[in-house]
Amino acid sequence: MVDQSEKTAPLLHVKDLVTAFDTEGGQIKAVDGVSFSLQPGRTLGIVGESGCGKTVTALSIINLLPKPTADILEGEIWFEGEDLASAPIERLHDIRGERIGMIFQEPMTALNPVHRVGRQIMETLKLHRDISDADALRATISMLEKVGIPSPEVRVSEYPHQLSGGMRQRVMIAMALICDPSLVIADEPTTALDVTIQAQILELLQDMQNKLNTSVIMITHDLGVIAETCDDVLVMYAGRVAEQGSVDDVFNNPMHPYTQGLLSSIPRLNSPRKTKLPTIEGMVPSLTDMPTGCRFNNRCPYADELCVSSYPQLDGEDGFHQAACHHWRKIDAQLHSGTTS
Amino acid sequence: MTSPLLKIENLKVHFPVKGGILLRAAAHNKAVDGISIELEQGETLGLVGESGCGKSTFGKAIVRLLKPTEGKITFEGTDVTDLSRKAMKPLRRDVQMIFQDPGESLNSRLTVGSLISEAFDIHGIGEPAWRRTRTLELLEQVGLPAAAADRFPFEFSGGQRQRIGIARAIALEPKLIVCDEPVSALDVSIQSQILNLLLDLQADMQLSYLFIAHDLAVVKHISDRIAIMYLGQLMEVGSADEIYADPRHPYTRALIAAIPEPDPARRNRPKMILQGDVPSPINPPSGCVFHTRCPHVQDKCKAEKPVLRDLIASDGSPRQLACHFDL
Repeated sequence: MVDQSEKTAPLLHVKDLVTAFDTEGGQIKAVDGVSFSLQPGRTLGIVGESGCGKTVTALSIINLLPKPTADILEGEIWFEGEDLASAPIERLHDIRGERIGMIFQEPMTALNPVHRVGRQIMETLKLHRDISDADALRATISMLEKVGIPSPEVRVSEYPHQLSGGMRQRVMIAMALICDPSLVIADEPTTALDVTIQAQILELLQDMQNKLNTSVIMITHDLGVIAETCDDVLVMYAGRVAEQGSVDDVFNNPMHPYTQGLLSSIPRLNSPRKTKLPTIEGMVPSLTDMPTGCRFNNRCPYADELCVSSYPQLDGEDGFHQAACHHWRKIDAQLHSGTTS
Repeated sequence: MTSPLLKIENLKVHFPVKGGILLRAAAHNKAVDGISIELEQGETLGLVGESGCGKSTFGKAIVRLLKPTEGKITFEGTDVTDLSRKAMKPLRRDVQMIFQDPGESLNSRLTVGSLISEAFDIHGIGEPAWRRTRTLELLEQVGLPAAAADRFPFEFSGGQRQRIGIARAIALEPKLIVCDEPVSALDVSIQSQILNLLLDLQADMQLSYLFIAHDLAVVKHISDRIAIMYLGQLMEVGSADEIYADPRHPYTRALIAAIPEPDPARRNRPKMILQGDVPSPINPPSGCVFHTRCPHVQDKCKAEKPVLRDLIASDGSPRQLACHFDL
């Protein structure tokens, strides 16, 4: 897998991204030096807790940041041979919806309540393609059918409030895929849905991705969703990447103490009942009051002076599975000697 | 045999859906439609279901924040179904509630200290000095510093606010706490802290919990018994280990299969994905309410409503199932 990722050119390469918000308390860097690559046809999960910068990272890619309070300060976003971070806004208008589709968490707020769903999907198509109304309608109905909406020729002229939550999310997916984009960014696409509907939507997303060979960035707080749907994962903490690698590597052999803590703190169906869960003590520091050095140092059981004085760079055995921890080798050795003895 | 702490018999909560120019009840939303279940002292009963299944309405009816339409609620042998507000007051000491969003359920104009000691004021317990001391003890018990007493809820994070909500709930040393989605608004690393706190308090105070949530993994971790609810009715009841190891109802099986597991090795396990959406509780399906989504549906399921019948679980624990068939 490592060889493969080095050979082919990435579809998306984000380099040293810094995105900041202007607040009354001064400038806050919600994303502070994030780099990652996404290969064509693969699914990258970005996971982390509220405020870790996962959504801001995604919004930065297509520059949908709330203006004028937020802006990209530094970094490059290379997508299909151009740097989106320095591209003019008109160029981004062309790319959004055409090359990059978006799926948001709450389809009720992302869809316009006063327009029929068919018209909203057709709008994307008409904006980017030279196509007649009749053809656009035909394409829309066929896309609604592909995303599993029953009687699409009727649903196409309904309003969002007439659809259930799961159906609305299917409409969002149809809208994101209508122009056959090479990248889809899905921001918590199933968080607002019930588990049985979530399973339907995740299956649909994977199905569509396999058919269209689309790359997907899946943003979620749910480690289960990452394990089920993603190839690679980026674990974010307090605006930075804590760990990155393939899903198998990160879940089976987590290197960063934060990832280790997260994975062991979730209750699982096959874990013993009514036992104390391991916890990560304390809470995520506020962005206005970050600890110096490693941002996890105030919650980390392994922290020492080095962690307070300098921020660790991403490091690992190979260029693929890496963690931003000074002590990952020591921790790794400790954990493995613990399991064998 | 001792009588159960809480006994619910055929509980129904129907909300009128008003229509027409005279705003008469045109239909009824059958949020809770005939639930019978018992809860023992010191036990945790998990109640699982998807949004709109009536699980929160059921919880509110038990603490009598909602008046049941029909049925009987017996707490420690006393029928509390139709008690007046005044007669309810002693019950309020024994039955407390923890809500999903502590940001909304805490009065933002009161300090944390007065939020907690409010309960002592209402029930006329202790002198002011004692109330203050007791408040600080409660804060310590839920893992908050004494300084928190003089601060306001907005100064705290979600997890800390949930701790404040818990301190309020345990202030009167209740016997039963209804926990309505207490961790679903919290981040993963905070969820486990709150679950541990609830387990500790249960061991210290012999509390009983009715734990309402949609996340079966969380419910299974904290519960002794689990009840699975769908469209206002119980589908299956059994010990937490049994429900997971040997689910008998097709809906329970689908729920367990639908949970995304944080283990890439389990990614390719056989999945059973339910088709369609949950029907409306205003006009629920005939017969078995699950028949519109059930992969094993037969003609009998459409015509006849299955009763919640007793089964013998493989470990001998009591087990109930509302399905015509042994699938």
